[in-house]
Amino acid sequence: MGTSAIVNTTQYLTFKLGDEVFALDISQVREVLDFTTVTKVPRTPEFMRGVINLRGSVVPIVDMRLKFGMSKTEKTVNTCMIIVEIVLDGERLIVGALADSVQEVIELDPGQIEPPPRIGTKLNTEFIRGMGKRDENFIIILEVDKIFSTDELQIVHDMKGQEQGQAS
Amino acid sequence: MDIDVSQIRQTFVAESAELLQELENSLLILEGSPEDTDTIHSLFRAVHTIKGSAGVLGMEAVEKFAHAVESLLSKVRESSLHITKDIVALLLECRDHMAVLVDLSAAASASMPEDVAGQEMILIDRLRSMSPQALSGDLMGGEHGRAAQKHVPAGLERGEEGAAVKGTVEGCHTPQPPEGQSVPETRTDAWHISLRFSREILKNGMDPITLINYLHRLGAVVNLTSIFDSMPGAADMDPECCYLGLEIDLKTDAGKKKIDDAFEFIRNDATVHILAPHSRVESFKELIKSLPEDPVLLGEILLRGGTLTSSELKDALRTQDVEARSEGAASKRFIGEILVSEGAVYPEVVDAALEKQKKNQMFKSREISTLRIDASKLDTLVTLVGELVISSASIDQHSNRIQDPWLKESASLMLRLVEEVRESSMRLRMVPIGETFSRFNRVVRDLGMESGKDIRIVISGGDTELDKTVVEKINDPLMHIVRNAIDHGIETPAVRRESGKPEKATIRLDAYHDAGCIVIEVSDDGRGLDRDKIMQKAVSIGMASPGQLLPDNEIYGLIFKPGFSTADEVTKLSGRGVGMDVVKRNVEALRGTVEVKSKEGAGAAVVIRLPLTLAIIDGFMVGLDNSLYVMPLDMVVECVELGEADRHASSRRNYVNLRGEILPYLRLREIFDAHGDAPRYEHVVVVKYAGQKIGLVVDELLGEVQTVIKSLGRIYRDLQGISGATILGSGQVALILDVPRLVQAVQREAAASPA
Repeated sequence: MGTSAIVNTTQYLTFKLGDEVFALDISQVREVLDFTTVTKVPRTPEFMRGVINLRGSVVPIVDMRLKFGMSKTEKTVNTCMIIVEIVLDGERLIVGALADSVQEVIELDPGQIEPPPRIGTKLNTEFIRGMGKRDENFIIILEVDKIFSTDELQIVHDMKGQEQGQAS
Repeated sequence: MDIDVSQIRQTFVAESAELLQELENSLLILEGSPEDTDTIHSLFRAVHTIKGSAGVLGMEAVEKFAHAVESLLSKVRESSLHITKDIVALLLECRDHMAVLVDLSAAASASMPEDVAGQEMILIDRLRSMSPQALSGDLMGGEHGRAAQKHVPAGLERGEEGAAVKGTVEGCHTPQPPEGQSVPETRTDAWHISLRFSREILKNGMDPITLINYLHRLGAVVNLTSIFDSMPGAADMDPECCYLGLEIDLKTDAGKKKIDDAFEFIRNDATVHILAPHSRVESFKELIKSLPEDPVLLGEILLRGGTLTSSELKDALRTQDVEARSEGAASKRFIGEILVSEGAVYPEVVDAALEKQKKNQMFKSREISTLRIDASKLDTLVTLVGELVISSASIDQHSNRIQDPWLKESASLMLRLVEEVRESSMRLRMVPIGETFSRFNRVVRDLGMESGKDIRIVISGGDTELDKTVVEKINDPLMHIVRNAIDHGIETPAVRRESGKPEKATIRLDAYHDAGCIVIEVSDDGRGLDRDKIMQKAVSIGMASPGQLLPDNEIYGLIFKPGFSTADEVTKLSGRGVGMDVVKRNVEALRGTVEVKSKEGAGAAVVIRLPLTLAIIDGFMVGLDNSLYVMPLDMVVECVELGEADRHASSRRNYVNLRGEILPYLRLREIFDAHGDAPRYEHVVVVKYAGQKIGLVVDELLGEVQTVIKSLGRIYRDLQGISGATILGSGQVALILDVPRLVQAVQREAAASPA
């Protein structure tokens, strides 16, 4: 999935994790909520913060900061949950992602987007769809389906393995 | 009219599947009690219905074959053929073939694969040989009727038209008809048509003679009497008027409708009464009985049976109407009476039809009791009811807070109603497991024959209800288990005799409720599991070390490992070592457990435990470190406090003394890695599953709640110990504990790290 895939979509929701600005394809964003109570599901990795009640549905919440190797998201007035719709192995899922703050909706032409750099970022380049350029700043456009791909969630199992290892 | 044919086909396939199942059940019953007429009738009905619907949908292959089977069955029904084991066996094969045909037709495949066609030829031949006298023409569809018709119209070839009629008319006055048949005999076998022409008929361009000629085409006019009572004296007679009436005896194979059609053009100019031949009264009665079960109006039944034409019915109804109006509703005559008095039908036929009507009405009331609906609609309803339960719980909370008596009153009433709605909507998805069980009648019979073992099957608990999806998915595992039991468990009759057991082996299928679970048990009285052999095999393939001492249930558990089989040779039934592994996997996919009990020489039992898998459960809520957990209420036996002494000892041992019983417990705090401090008093919730008790140590006991189970979704799919989540009235999310799996997971982890 290269830059060619985003020729037609031009709107992005930007948000901050720490000082870094990230963006998500707006067509995948369902809504943005205030940070509410998250119920932790035991025996799962830490970046899986737990589940929330979204109007009667149970929606898992992922801590993007932990996922990207930063410290755990702390609750502030600006902390938000971005509810996104992803496709996982051909199945549609609703997942929430924690963000330190949500910024704005911007438009980017395909020409303003460059392919992800091979090196120079702490992030797994698999998760990056492209680098958007705006006012001399770079915005990391995330490939949201990849972040939640089965391989990544496989950690749920590995975590169990770890626990076992620790126990012994 | 625009009809979605594919949808109708689908319905047909679903219905046929049910009917074929019914067929099979009936056949198996007949095998035991061949004289059971009710069963023979239901057998016949099932085949007849399949034939009928296939005909409507233009599935010729199915229709033709069903007809062949039906022909044989009708011989059985008429008692000219007696049910034998061979016939049952043949009919069972026919049933299977019909299932194949239905599938083929449903797939709209134009041609029949060769092997299927070959099979059909063989089966038809065998059907034919079963009832030699029956099947000369009958088997091959309508040929019988056509053939018979050919040799009837004899009188037509004679001379020119007018002469022919005249001849016949004259002939009728002589006592001996030209054909040499005696009159009464002819009468009983012929249709009687009574015609009274109106005077205007000739002026309207109708000639009665052409009509009679037309009747010749239908069959032979064996008797014709002219009636001229209305003929006035010669002076008053108008030669352009018709004063004639005719009484005709017509010998034909055509139905009443067809005969009636002949008079279509003179309907306004003549009164027509058609009476069926006496010999057909019986067949009409028979026909009426075999009609499909839908009409409940007498007239309609007679109409379908072919005794009555629609115009006769209309007339009679009109008469009834007129009489009712003139005489008042009290003296309203029954339509049957009117029809008899008008000579349209025989009283016997009406009686038969009345009986049928009674039956149909009964059938109709039964029919209403089942309803076919799309499963997804049900799911939507259940989800909605779930939401309703949540919101009503929240209303209850608020009404408790507000403390308004009126509000409280109505809230509690609503709560009760919601509870009822919840229960009945849950029940919608529940189906009895009996139908799944009854399929094994056939399986056991066939496999028993194949393997030369004499086996009977005993089914109990067939009305235990399970969620429909569970019932569907449990079939395969049960099949594996039963096959295994027959192949490995049950000995040959000779061996059984030697070991002093009855030669006839027994397989039992049983289903019952136990502590929030449905238990399905398959047991046999065969030789049981061979402990040593399993152990040997386990050692030889490296699953156990030689000399290792294992408890029985663990040894028996080995048979569920992939690739494990103790059979010395691979037979058609089993022995490849895939069966029990599949059973375990399928049962676990339903969040159930499976175990084996065995007593050497006396038999083995496979016990499957399934959760009720309802979307809504009665739960027991506990608190742990700011989180809430719910477990199924029917698992909870009691709650006790974790004593100070036990608590201090918890780092050394994980059991408490429960009234002299050792109760092992799990500290959820440790398992769930809770960070907060433990409260001063902890509680032990004693839960029971699969016959064992175990304690769960929690911070707080919060009491009963009604919970709607929400899936945690794909992301948490592989999580062990938590089966879902639920949303409480407060909007908070609580997690649902899957106690058996949690215990399993903990045990596994403990085994993996013997610390």
